[in-house]
Amino acid sequence: MTARSQRGRLPLVALATLGVALVGLPLVALLLRVDWPGLPARLASPLVWPAVRLSLVTTAVTTLLAVVLGTPLAWLLARSRSRWAGWVRAVVTVPLVLPPVVGGVALLMAYGRNGIVGMPVAHLFGLSVPFTPVAVVVAQTFVSLPFYVVAVEGAMRSVDGRYDQVAATLGAGPLRVFTRVAVPLAWPGIAAGAALAWARALGEFGATITFAGNFTGTTQTAPLAVYVALDSDPEVALALSVVLLVVCVAVLGLLRGRWLR
Amino acid sequence: MTAPGPYLNARLALRRGGFDLDVGLQAEAGEVVAILGPNGSGKTTTLLALAGLLPLDDGFVRVDGVTWADAAAGQILEVRERHTGIVLADHLLFPHLTAAGNVAFGPRSRGASRAESAARAQRELEALGVSDLAQRRPAEVSHGQAQRIALARALATDPALLLLDEPLAALDPATRAEVRGVLGRRLAAYPGVTLLVTHDPLDALTLADRLVFVDGGRVGQVGTPHEVVTRPRDPYAARVVGLNVYAGEGVSAGVRLAGGAVVASQSHEYAGPVWAAFAPRAVALYRERPGGSPRNSWQTRVVAVDVVGQTARVRADTMIAGLGGLGELGGLGELVAEVTIAAVVELGLRVGDVVWASVKASEVTVYPR
Repeated sequence: MTARSQRGRLPLVALATLGVALVGLPLVALLLRVDWPGLPARLASPLVWPAVRLSLVTTAVTTLLAVVLGTPLAWLLARSRSRWAGWVRAVVTVPLVLPPVVGGVALLMAYGRNGIVGMPVAHLFGLSVPFTPVAVVVAQTFVSLPFYVVAVEGAMRSVDGRYDQVAATLGAGPLRVFTRVAVPLAWPGIAAGAALAWARALGEFGATITFAGNFTGTTQTAPLAVYVALDSDPEVALALSVVLLVVCVAVLGLLRGRWLR
Repeated sequence: MTAPGPYLNARLALRRGGFDLDVGLQAEAGEVVAILGPNGSGKTTTLLALAGLLPLDDGFVRVDGVTWADAAAGQILEVRERHTGIVLADHLLFPHLTAAGNVAFGPRSRGASRAESAARAQRELEALGVSDLAQRRPAEVSHGQAQRIALARALATDPALLLLDEPLAALDPATRAEVRGVLGRRLAAYPGVTLLVTHDPLDALTLADRLVFVDGGRVGQVGTPHEVVTRPRDPYAARVVGLNVYAGEGVSAGVRLAGGAVVASQSHEYAGPVWAAFAPRAVALYRERPGGSPRNSWQTRVVAVDVVGQTARVRADTMIAGLGGLGELGGLGELVAEVTIAAVVELGLRVGDVVWASVKASEVTVYPR
């Protein structure tokens, strides 16, 4: 009986194994092919440090923006009974499915030199966003905010609504209910959402190269540097790839231990 | 300007799905009012409407001369602007705050300083005998302790209305008795109006100054515990206080029920709508039709037998017509008999058995509806 059900599972196990191999083998290949003794020398390449520094700074700012803008949005969506909430949710989650390059084009149309917002701002204040580090942050926020909002809205929905009601009878206004009840109770979800948003921002390529360009030191993030190096010096690309892999796994592992299950 | 009328004066009318609530409530400062009724009768809805957590379709809420809500005038105070304290069966303490932090939450929200709020929290916890738990989180205290902390939290804002929704329901019997005692002492010192929703007659009779029965979204009997215990005017109230009560018309030496049956009593002067009531222990059960003095005999079918200590409560349905020479009369409906366990054994009573129930006319009380 048991043996037969074991045998019956074989096709499932075979397909699942194929899936794991498809994802896992490239990661293993990366670690096997990199020149470990030569790693420090590769990373000393002038391409690497400016890109890594830019990535660290911009993803930190992006994550902060996602938390500051996304947490109230997630809370309002979680507690709203209006039909507008459905529309807002749909709009905010579009970047989840949109090709990032298309996102970059959309950003240019809005905040570019001739964009519907970018042009008046350039005229009035002489400010221009595209092809600056600010543009990198805008592009990263565009693609990662939806991840954050979806994760945090789920966490906030599962906060028992009677806590809000009790807090209100105790005299707490909407802002106090948000900061003192909703945020602490949804904290694990907020941490998970922030980790997701950060990881998505770190990997951002398409929207960034379209909207922010690819200038060393100002808009060339680590993924862009990997792409450029693949042409000029593949060993550097490989070394930087391994660094990104290790950093991502380390951060996710750390969060998993603390807040994620 | 002096406040006219009682401290709490409200008429709450609202529809919620298929349910329709329309109840009036009045109470004086310091009163404890128990709201009783079957499940789904509108007890909790009443509390939520007073707190402003459910909007009124019609009616008004006035507390201490201040209008909290008036559907006609479109006037409404937000939940946080009303001074209510609420405690549910589920304590709903904020899990991320200590007991002291939970109790201080209200005063802090209403603008007291950190130090004032902490001092107030300490006093409230002391008043309920749980000050030693001040630094514990809700997950680290027992259910009874959590319920006391929740009560302290509700009282720490000096609410005008204290709304308690089955606050003792989730506690085990020993803890319930203990918390009931603490609650009673604390409520005696509380100047506002307490509304206590409960299923437990003991809560209502020991804690409340007045009982309000609600059924199907309407107020039934309202009275002091003494009035309700001696003269229940509502089938649910009768069950709560454990009496058999039937509505009918007064006739000479008895009460004629809607189905035609007559409950014989001693002579009374009431004509028109009256209640006939008798205690369960006045009911005797027999296998055979009893002869002799009792004028009230009904053939019944046993529905349930519950044993409490040395006595058994037997619930039985009177059977309608055609049997034992009572063919011309309708039945009573349900009655409860309280007999000794010995009698249950002697009669060999089982659910579904047919037995005779009899009550002496002198045991039947008649009072107007």
